[in-house]
Amino acid sequence: MKLTFAIQGGDFIHAGHPSSEVKKVLKQLNIDNKIIKNVVIALYEAEVNVVAHAYSGTVNVEIDENKITILVTDEGPGIPDIDLAMKPGYSTASKSVQEMGFGAGMGLPNIKKNTDEMWLETEVGKGTKVKMLNYFS
Amino acid sequence: MTEQTQYHALKVDAIKCIGCTHCMKSCPTEAIRVIKGLAVIDHESCVDCGQCHRVCPTNAFYVEQDDLAKIRGFKYRVILFPSIMIGQFPEKYSENQIYEGLMKIGFTHVYEVEQPLQLLIDSVKEYCANPVNTKPAISAYCPAIIRLIQSRYPSLTENIILRKAPYDLAAHFAIERFMLEGAQRDEIGLFYATPCIAKIASVKSPGGERESIVDGIINMNHLYNEVMKVISEDEAEDHSIQRQNLSSEGVLWSLTRGESRNFGSRSMAIDGIHNVVRFLERLENDQVKGIDFLELRACDQSCAGGILLTGNRFMNVERLERRARRYPLAKDIPFSNIKVDVEKLKQKLIIDSIHPKPVFIFGKDRIKAMEKIDRAQRIVCFLPGIDCGACGAPNCHALADDMVNNKAKMSDCIFLQQMWEDEGRITPNKAFLNVQKKWGTNRFKADCNKKGRRNEGF
Ligand SMILES: Nc1ncnc2c1ncn2[C@@H]1O[C@H](COP(=O)(O)OP(=O)(O)OP(=O)(O)O)[C@@H](O)[C@H]1O
Ligand code: SF4
Ligand code: SF4
Ligand code: SF4
Ligand SMILES: [Mg+2]
Repeated sequence: MKLTFAIQGGDFIHAGHPSSEVKKVLKQLNIDNKIIKNVVIALYEAEVNVVAHAYSGTVNVEIDENKITILVTDEGPGIPDIDLAMKPGYSTASKSVQEMGFGAGMGLPNIKKNTDEMWLETEVGKGTKVKMLNYFS
Repeated sequence: MTEQTQYHALKVDAIKCIGCTHCMKSCPTEAIRVIKGLAVIDHESCVDCGQCHRVCPTNAFYVEQDDLAKIRGFKYRVILFPSIMIGQFPEKYSENQIYEGLMKIGFTHVYEVEQPLQLLIDSVKEYCANPVNTKPAISAYCPAIIRLIQSRYPSLTENIILRKAPYDLAAHFAIERFMLEGAQRDEIGLFYATPCIAKIASVKSPGGERESIVDGIINMNHLYNEVMKVISEDEAEDHSIQRQNLSSEGVLWSLTRGESRNFGSRSMAIDGIHNVVRFLERLENDQVKGIDFLELRACDQSCAGGILLTGNRFMNVERLERRARRYPLAKDIPFSNIKVDVEKLKQKLIIDSIHPKPVFIFGKDRIKAMEKIDRAQRIVCFLPGIDCGACGAPNCHALADDMVNNKAKMSDCIFLQQMWEDEGRITPNKAFLNVQKKWGTNRFKADCNKKGRRNEGF
């Protein structure tokens, strides 16, 4: 089954809606709580990255019997150095974003930690794609 | 082991219910549907928060309780009640007058449950200090919250503090006390005065435990009525000996921040079931950091807002806050007052375990559930999205879910019906009969005395 959501850049108020919806569905599918938690944390971080660093984005979720695949695509500045961005603690977040409690540089590492597989594709000046995969067992 | 169905004390009076949908719309777990013009509660989803009872304009909900006459069979007839009970009486009646009133209606002993509270405070502190226990620790005080977590936030079940509520403490304390005086266990009748249906459910089907320790439950509003009939207008004799273990913290315990002020370096208190739902959503998403103690209560103003309380909840709070000032701090009450074996009592406060009890509205088969969710999502595209409730479901989404579960039909949506009529797919007469079947013939009769009219108050 498929789910789709839109994310608005800069809209911190509504960040978290897609992860909550995905969580609701996974709960109804009797997925292990620990796995739900991992998926929700990873998706939330990816959502917030679009909100904090990009202009707009979409979340495409595909769930089958054994796994959930989430693709978060954004139009935004892209990431010049992926290895650097993946480093825990590295952040280019603006002061105003930091004041809202984001920008610890832990988002991407957290996604890595909470997914079974993760791919990052980016083009500077265009946008970024984060793909996340979690198996249900 | 087969799973026992939860006991629910709340029932709908079919004569009084006018099918107005208010309860259905305010239920936090979407447990209510209006079927044939009457509210029907789904017992698997209901968490006994009492929200529906609160919003019903016709008082159609009633609460089952044990007969007060049941106390007669015992030599020691003990009424256990949370301190909040005192708060609802008019100012002019003193604690002694209220105690005496309770004895006039047949009780031999009157016990406020929040004593000896220091034992519970110590026990919870001990639990929270243990690093193996999940943070934030969530109080097990409000049974509606426990049910909510078990059914809707199962992953947070492990955060619940495995310590009982004051009423268990007092029940065990009372038993031990009377046994010391030479009483036999079967001579002691313990009756609990409840402020809410959640406590009734937890006493009648305690979460994963042995049988309940009290012998009966009396609704607090009923008790209030009975006491008001006999209460004397003159100062009564001194019953303070029965409150010698009552502390300032105890008096405040059932109010908002009553627990949280005692625990953790960063604690929070949230009251009101809808507030709690929103917060648990965040907590489950790991968006709440650094909090170590959570007090969550289903009612606005906590138990002062319990549905079985009489009087205004804010006034109840005010009276209790003033009352609390007259009582010593729990730590200053000498342990020698307790008299019974403290270690034994402490042991009784421990809950063995609380298990998740998730509700799967689409069934447990994952493939089938996925198909159903998919179908429901497609159905939602055709529904108007105004959540009018005229279909008998709380919102369009819930109707779509009901449809894929074969509990509702497309034609239940009055908008779709209208469209089909316009397209000539259904005759106007058939459409009318459909709505009439759903809501009953009376719905279409003119009636100037309809309940819920605009001028019925605010
Ligand atoms: N979608 C994106 N578009 C553009 N840049 C991004 C995007 N996601 C991450 N980045 C860049 O990678 C850096 C590291 O991201 P990461 O999520 O790890 O930390 P953060 O977002 O800065 O802080 P935190 O996630 O802890 O609040 C960001 O500061 C940003 O420069
Ligand atoms: S709120 Fe309305 S529908 Fe619900 S029980 Fe009361 S009268 Fe019936
Ligand atoms: S008690 Fe609460 S959960 Fe149960 S039906 Fe009423 S509003 Fe819903
Ligand atoms: S807050 Fe108190 S009165 Fe309300 S449901 Fe919970 S325990 Fe009962
Ligand atoms: Mg980030």
